[in-house]
Amino acid sequence: MDLSLFLIQTLNGVQYGLLLFLIASGLTLIFGIMHIINLAHGALYMVGAYLAFWLTSLVGNLFLAIILALPIALMMGILIERFLIRHLYARAHLDQVLLTFGLILIFNALQSIIWGNDVHSVPVPEWLNHSVALTDNLRYPVYRLFISGVCITIAIGMYLLIQRTRLGMIVRAGADDREMVRSLGVNINRVYTLVFAAGTALAAFAGMIASPVSSVYPGMGESVLILAFVVVVIGGIGSIKGAFLGALLVGLTATWGTVLAPNFASAAVYALMAIVLLFKPRGLFA
Amino acid sequence: MKTTSVSCLSKLRSGMTAGLAAFGLAFSGSALADSGPVKVGLMLPYTGTFAQLGEAITNGIQMAIEENGGRLGGREVEIVTVDDESDPSRATQNAQRLISGERVDFLIGTVHSGVATAMVRVAREEGVPTIIPNAGFDAATGALCAPNIFRTSFSSWQTAYPMGKAAYERGYERMVTLAWRYAFGQESVAGFKQGFEEAGGEIIREIYVPFPDVEFQAQLAEIASLRPDAVFSFFAGGGAVQYVRDYAAAGLNETIPLTGSGFLTDGTLHAQGEAAEGVLTTLHYSTQLDNEHNQRFVQAYEEKFDMAADIYAVQGYDTGILLVRAMEAVNGDTSDRDALLQAMREVEFPDSPRGPWQFSRAQHPIQNIYLREVQNGQNVVIDIAAEALEDPARGCNM
Repeated sequence: MDLSLFLIQTLNGVQYGLLLFLIASGLTLIFGIMHIINLAHGALYMVGAYLAFWLTSLVGNLFLAIILALPIALMMGILIERFLIRHLYARAHLDQVLLTFGLILIFNALQSIIWGNDVHSVPVPEWLNHSVALTDNLRYPVYRLFISGVCITIAIGMYLLIQRTRLGMIVRAGADDREMVRSLGVNINRVYTLVFAAGTALAAFAGMIASPVSSVYPGMGESVLILAFVVVVIGGIGSIKGAFLGALLVGLTATWGTVLAPNFASAAVYALMAIVLLFKPRGLFA
Repeated sequence: MKTTSVSCLSKLRSGMTAGLAAFGLAFSGSALADSGPVKVGLMLPYTGTFAQLGEAITNGIQMAIEENGGRLGGREVEIVTVDDESDPSRATQNAQRLISGERVDFLIGTVHSGVATAMVRVAREEGVPTIIPNAGFDAATGALCAPNIFRTSFSSWQTAYPMGKAAYERGYERMVTLAWRYAFGQESVAGFKQGFEEAGGEIIREIYVPFPDVEFQAQLAEIASLRPDAVFSFFAGGGAVQYVRDYAAAGLNETIPLTGSGFLTDGTLHAQGEAAEGVLTTLHYSTQLDNEHNQRFVQAYEEKFDMAADIYAVQGYDTGILLVRAMEAVNGDTSDRDALLQAMREVEFPDSPRGPWQFSRAQHPIQNIYLREVQNGQNVVIDIAAEALEDPARGCNM
């Protein structure tokens, strides 16, 4: 293998990892801070992609569609937290798993009823619909680089928000000791609603921004869900920094796995997770 | 968890079931009316990657039965659906549910080859007349063939083998294959490889992607560095859409032509758009086929369901026709199973939208395979790649 192919595959791995981070970031908020196992995360990713497809076909522009779809996603998050998740904070994880698994079935059925079972694609916005030449016969779509840029921006934004702001401090404190934060006069319920809505919006946003490079089809959230959990577990539950590095590791492992050991490729990511957990049972940055 | 999902989804589908049953009732009063309805069990994907295929097949079956008076051999029809979710781990249970639980007279399923493998194993034991309206794994009418197992679709070998010769005749001598790593992908590649090597070509690498991954960047980079004359691929549904778009976005379509079995561009062209232009495929059908039966079918299907017809709808339609004609031959009597199976074997399809076909000894279609090229967003038939091609039915001793 020559150097250029090595660099191209590394680029592919990093790009894939960044996309995985975006998908997993909402999950690490909800799972890490609220301790809720949200199996519906992948379904919300799918809903985001379908919203992007639907609104893009109405308004003709992906970014306008995203601006219109984000409030819908936030509202969904608020409603799910208020009416469903809130009742389960004190209950065992199994109850949360049951509820959120039920949500998967509901979202899948709704998708089938509202949008049908057809496969769709979302056009890449015109000004990003270019490619850069990597070799004489291989080009790289600019939109994929754009996604990477968006993912890095969100990673930095989330890190600053959680680590450097008063709101982030309350959120972190709430994760450690809910009662103490409440007795200090903070409306912790509102904070939890906010965090859950943000997590939902991030999942849906990942689906929207990825829709031009992933296509839009029924069941697209399911494979993504498992990878998102792998990323969160490798990174350490609740750690943004961990999720970021975990996602890059998973992306590089998946890509290099398919290149170097194609027969082993689908297991490579899980082998990585097993090895990490062997040495760091709580993940890289717990 | 399973029971919930299945029952919740079969409720969703019950609108259609009720529709068919009501249609049957309107014609009551026939001589055999008191022998009760014929129970047809559909084990198909109604959610997940292949949901659209399950829907098209169901539509086709429904259309064939309704066009023939809404009855089978004079009896009302009751359709029971189970969403198999393309999940092989639940396949045995789902098949049992229809065969032993619902006691269906006919079992029809499915799309995913892994699910169909498990389903066929159960059906062989139980002896219920079984029709595969899609899944193309070779063994169904090969090593696993049985008097009660019929297929109205294709085999992986059948759709891929003719492309080998067609590709070589276009001057491609060194090719790379890329497919999902599951039974159907691997068999398609094997069929293509056989045809291509017999013609004189050489496969320089076989690349596989885990099923159902839709991330292809690493493989595309590998293809670019290998510089083959052309690429043969198997993907379907959402994977096919993404693959063809990524292939074009990487600029590979300008220097390395893309070929495949027809699923790469069937039912997906509207989503693939310009990226699919020029892709060369072999398949037993194209909506563009120039025969009166096909033109009538395509138009009637669109009017009825408000969606474009595709290969899956045709396979469903021919499955329905098989039921109609076999049940007519036995006057709606499903009690004598041997007679029913014999009647099914003898059904011919001179008026199928895909062109005339009949069953082989292994109960698989002997049919034309067409060479198609995507032109202006349509799978245009440019040649017959193989006429009345019979699957070799390896390992079948029937």
